[in-house]
Amino acid sequence: MSNLIGLYSYWIVIVLMMAGLYIMIARYNLVKKIIGLGLFQTSIFYLYITMGKVDGGTAPILMDEPGVVYSNPLPHVLILTAIVVGVATTAVALALIVRIYEAYGTIEEDEIKVIEAAEPDA
Amino acid sequence: MTIEQLPALQIMVTLVAAPICVMVRNPRGAWAIAMVANAFVFINAILLLNQVLDTGVIRYALGGWAAPTGIEYYIDAMNAAMLVLISGISALVLSYAYRSVGKVVPLGKQYLFYSAWMMCVTGLMGIVITGDAFNVFVFLEISSLAMYTLISFGQDKRALTASFRYLVLGSVGASFILIGIGFLYAATGTLNMIDLAARIPESESQRAVLVAFSFITLGVLIKSAVFPLHAWLPNSYTYAPIAATAFLAGTATKVSLYILLRFFFSIFGTQYSFGQHLLNGVLLPAAVAGFVLMSLVAMFQTDLRRMLAYSSVAQIGYMVAGFSLATQAGLTAGIVHVINHAMVKTSLFMAVGCILYQVGHTHTPSLDNLMKKMPFTCVAFIISGLGLIGVPLTVGFVSKFTLIEASMEKGWWGIAALILISSLMAVIYIGRVIEVMLFRKSREGAPESTTGMSEAPLSMLVPMYVLVIVGLYFGINGGATLEVAGQAASQLLGGFR
Repeated sequence: MSNLIGLYSYWIVIVLMMAGLYIMIARYNLVKKIIGLGLFQTSIFYLYITMGKVDGGTAPILMDEPGVVYSNPLPHVLILTAIVVGVATTAVALALIVRIYEAYGTIEEDEIKVIEAAEPDA
Repeated sequence: MTIEQLPALQIMVTLVAAPICVMVRNPRGAWAIAMVANAFVFINAILLLNQVLDTGVIRYALGGWAAPTGIEYYIDAMNAAMLVLISGISALVLSYAYRSVGKVVPLGKQYLFYSAWMMCVTGLMGIVITGDAFNVFVFLEISSLAMYTLISFGQDKRALTASFRYLVLGSVGASFILIGIGFLYAATGTLNMIDLAARIPESESQRAVLVAFSFITLGVLIKSAVFPLHAWLPNSYTYAPIAATAFLAGTATKVSLYILLRFFFSIFGTQYSFGQHLLNGVLLPAAVAGFVLMSLVAMFQTDLRRMLAYSSVAQIGYMVAGFSLATQAGLTAGIVHVINHAMVKTSLFMAVGCILYQVGHTHTPSLDNLMKKMPFTCVAFIISGLGLIGVPLTVGFVSKFTLIEASMEKGWWGIAALILISSLMAVIYIGRVIEVMLFRKSREGAPESTTGMSEAPLSMLVPMYVLVIVGLYFGINGGATLEVAGQAASQLLGGFR
């Protein structure tokens, strides 16, 4: 029971991660794939933040009070970087999808495969 | 002297060159800036390698913050050699790229191509030079995003879908590495590679370390296109602009393999990776299946670029096979093959680029009698092709010989035999192309598919021949690369000192 409730945030990470992976694998729509990828990456941010949180800890601002517990700021900083990376990845992916739509007239993976199979190799 | 600032300059120069390329907007200007930055970085890398070989490991505290607090750059023989390799190949291919890219990428977008190229070089060198685990992830994503962009510049619309597929798979791979690094941090409380190596054995939560190990392994295997996880590679290499392919084939997967070496040997330790968890039980079958099956697939390709792409996956198999022996000889063989294959495959793709530039396609059966039209290109292709097969006096021979020697030393005769068999397959797939180029007359009645062709422009031939000659030099004088690789291997096996 304590594993279930005590570690609830880790369970959220796992559920989010698996949902993201499933969307990436199961959906043919390229935009939905990117949504899945975003979900997957967000779960990792969540994992890092969970790691850095100390029970009862406050923001890590130095004050001359004894006995104050701080959360670990490093994972937060790392995840700021990772969020930027995730945004950049999504941006590049969406730009690619726009180009794919211009070239193929569709963003459904199965239809793209049909078009690619119909055309001779360049 | 500013000699102690070399490690920072290695990354900064190309990083700054990328936005300058965007501001210049003129294709020739952007190319010139990229070229200058790249040449500088190459010289810088050679200086670093000399310094490392003379005085040993360099530890550079970025921004003056000492190691556990700040990020440090850690350079030993292994990464110094990788830096020379990456910047050298990038410089050569970039000088070759100007004409080749001019034909593929619209004039108004070329500056973006060179800018992405600079970002890619920065990312690749950053992965190699850094001594901080999280930095590896950041630089990995910098280089990957630039690579997706480079690939999407391809003329064929399939370049777009290839790039997209690589983006999805590559992001998953990089995210796995990020998860792994997160667990390592949770288990040890540090991101510095040297501290990680020291603290992993005494960590309280060995289970978290094991999870980290698994995620990082999987992530790196995706990024380096080791056999069952190579799905993104063939299309990307086939449809990307050929200059980008030549650059990526020589560097990108090699850098991912470097991450593998760094994590398995330096951070987790040889004992942890290969003793306790029997990593060779996973890596070796994948590697062997890779080089046998992918050589087989390469034999049936009618497109020159696609054939070389599959052959790349096969060659990665040789390297991983060498690593998974986890002995001094095996590691040396693997590292030497990383260096040698980078030279061979890049010059092959450059030759293919010359063919593409003049003929307009790379459909192997219609390249009949090309030797008469483009003798220099064909000779370069043949020399490098022989290098890929592993004929004596070429670099391929040096690395395959050491690899076979290493597997025999460990008593794995079957592996040695399979390496020979897949080399024979390489004889077939390269030989087929050479046969078409040299001997096949165009069919009677059919118009010659290469009518009116002439040799590729000099600005493409010269860089290609520089690489071919460097390859021949290291083929004949195999001791030079072997020595660096041997030193790198013993440093890796010894862990951080």
